[in-house]
Amino acid sequence: MTDLLNRYGALLTTVFILLTGFWLLILIVLPNVYLFEHSFKPYLPVAEIGGPKDVYSFDNYLTFFRSPIHISVFVWTVVYSAVVTFICFLMAYPLAYYLSKVSARALLPTIFLLLFIPLWVSEVLRSFAWFIILALKGPLNASLLGLGIIEDPVRWITGFRGVIIGLVYTYVLFMLFPLYNAIASLDSNQIEAAEDLGAPWWRIHWRVILPHAKPGIASGSVMVFMLSAGSILVPTLLASTNSRWFTEIIQQWMFESQDWNTGSAYAFLLLILCTVFVSAVMRIFRVKLSDIAK
Amino acid sequence: MSAGVDLDSVSMDFGTFRAVDNVAVNIQPGEFFSFLGPSGCGKTTILRMISGFIDPTKGMVRIGGRDMKGQRPNQRPTALIFQNLALFPLMPVWENIAFGLEVRGVDKIKRRARAEELLRLVDLPDAGDKMVSQLSGGQKQRVAIARALAVEPSVMLLDEPLSALDLKLRQHMRAELRAIQKRTGVTFIYITHDQGEALAMSDRVGVMSQGKLQQVANPRDIYNNPANGFVASFVGENNVFAGEVKGQEGNLARFVTPGGTFTARLGPGVAPGAKARLFLRPEHARLLADPGAANSIPVEVTDVAFEGNFISIHARDAGGQVLVAEARNDGSSSIPQPGERRHFAFDGANAVILTGDTAAKDVDE
Ligand SMILES: Nc1ncnc2c1ncn2[C@@H]1O[C@H](COP(=O)(O)OP(=O)(O)O)[C@@H](O)[C@H]1O
Ligand SMILES: [Mg+2]
Repeated sequence: MTDLLNRYGALLTTVFILLTGFWLLILIVLPNVYLFEHSFKPYLPVAEIGGPKDVYSFDNYLTFFRSPIHISVFVWTVVYSAVVTFICFLMAYPLAYYLSKVSARALLPTIFLLLFIPLWVSEVLRSFAWFIILALKGPLNASLLGLGIIEDPVRWITGFRGVIIGLVYTYVLFMLFPLYNAIASLDSNQIEAAEDLGAPWWRIHWRVILPHAKPGIASGSVMVFMLSAGSILVPTLLASTNSRWFTEIIQQWMFESQDWNTGSAYAFLLLILCTVFVSAVMRIFRVKLSDIAK
Repeated sequence: MSAGVDLDSVSMDFGTFRAVDNVAVNIQPGEFFSFLGPSGCGKTTILRMISGFIDPTKGMVRIGGRDMKGQRPNQRPTALIFQNLALFPLMPVWENIAFGLEVRGVDKIKRRARAEELLRLVDLPDAGDKMVSQLSGGQKQRVAIARALAVEPSVMLLDEPLSALDLKLRQHMRAELRAIQKRTGVTFIYITHDQGEALAMSDRVGVMSQGKLQQVANPRDIYNNPANGFVASFVGENNVFAGEVKGQEGNLARFVTPGGTFTARLGPGVAPGAKARLFLRPEHARLLADPGAANSIPVEVTDVAFEGNFISIHARDAGGQVLVAEARNDGSSSIPQPGERRHFAFDGANAVILTGDTAAKDVDE
């Protein structure tokens, strides 16, 4: 702040701050406030808006709790988001460890570049790409068949399988980077000290590296979980007939039923319930918000 | 319990850089052995080869007579105390100490009991439940020692363990480490760039420079009979005269310098006719009122520094070279004043002629 003041002077600094605040307000705060307010109002024909029926109530929220199907979709969304988070962790941890403690320093920029390049392609295209790869007559099955690993083509996009693959692919880097940072900040002498005291590799990870990386694991997990639960593109493109994601229901309310009020209520429910879930999990694993912020 | 360590012509290359060059030494079981040398001379590299984090490019490391090639650190009977200690900050003190036992599958009650026992040994009772961050530097030091002792190593490796402590504590810990070593009988291999530490604690000292072992001897011989110019100048203070060996005089050699001709002992490997340096410790120099019979140079006193137990007197000879003499503060010698003219004199038996580079003294001592 003082840095900014020194560099640009009082006038420019004020302009910067006002502009930033303005756009934050217009693009983020106001739309959310608007949706929040509307989530408490009934969905009415235009003529009746502002009429006697237009009063605040929890009806839109209760709609969710009265619908077993929606509750079940929500539960599965949470369960599979958790599965995605766990798979991301399993994939990212060894890589993060390798990058931060094993690989040659000179290789890092190249490896990070290779990891980043897919992020430059839009999520829609990447999901489509997976749709093609995973198709029954797609390249994955063709290669596996060609290599003789499978005898019949596998139907990859069935149940939540396609969604899980797509979400893991889309969000695994959000797990990798916090993990990488956390492990990189561990003094390598501690790993060597543990080894010197006789610990086998798995105990070194269990007792020294994982506990140190806990804040990184937590922040990576929160990000991947929230992003997965709130993802719409991947579930839309890679879902099968028997898998529905909670965001798809929100989308249905908003665009198919044109009922923005119930849609907003569902969106806030998703946010609130996921936050509750994440807080509960963090409490179980004894992670504090302040640890994550570090 | 304790085991000897043999370094059999060990070399270590990092790329084209030779960090350790053909080091050969046999360290006896139960010995307190120090590697002494300036920063960057390869001491840590030697320790890492003994503990098994790196394998020597050439040569062999034997512990207790067994070739250690291919043995990982967790398979060797050594325990390393790291330069920065590397305690585990997320475990309480007792779990730190018991970590090696946990690895060996000792049950929790026994681990805790053993940790308490070791805490008493290092004089830190009641610290078991504290976190490492709550301890002072000296206390952390003791925990690191206890953690290493817990695995009952045959060889304990210590990498400048006292360098982070302040002077008072350092001197206290010296005595303590020495006592722990005697009590446990474990072989200690100690690394330091502090000559005082090495001389005071060790049974034997190996002086290193640029990856090479310069001399291995007991502290007394290192100081009194240095093998070359590097050892002489790295360990202790000296007055140095450059010159040439010219003949014999009794059992001393005659040494000709631009400032005069002296007699001195001939160091190992110095032949008559060789260009060499004469080394004289300040405590062996005297400042006389009258010229001595031999080994005497007229000087002018420039500075007198009172150091407490001794007095350090700086003087300049005709050629401008600064010479240092030390007098004990016991009233036995008269202390000159700056500006006085004296004769800088010494006994030839106390001076030694050596070849080899002199060491640039560490500034951080
Ligand atoms: N892993 C390594 N790769 C390259 N050079 C190294 C490595 N480890 C040590 N060195 C070099 O070897 C020399 C000796 O290092 P070290 O054994 O740590 O010295 P000391 O402990 O005596 O200060 C130094 O010049 C150092 O830069
Ligand atoms: Mg070192």
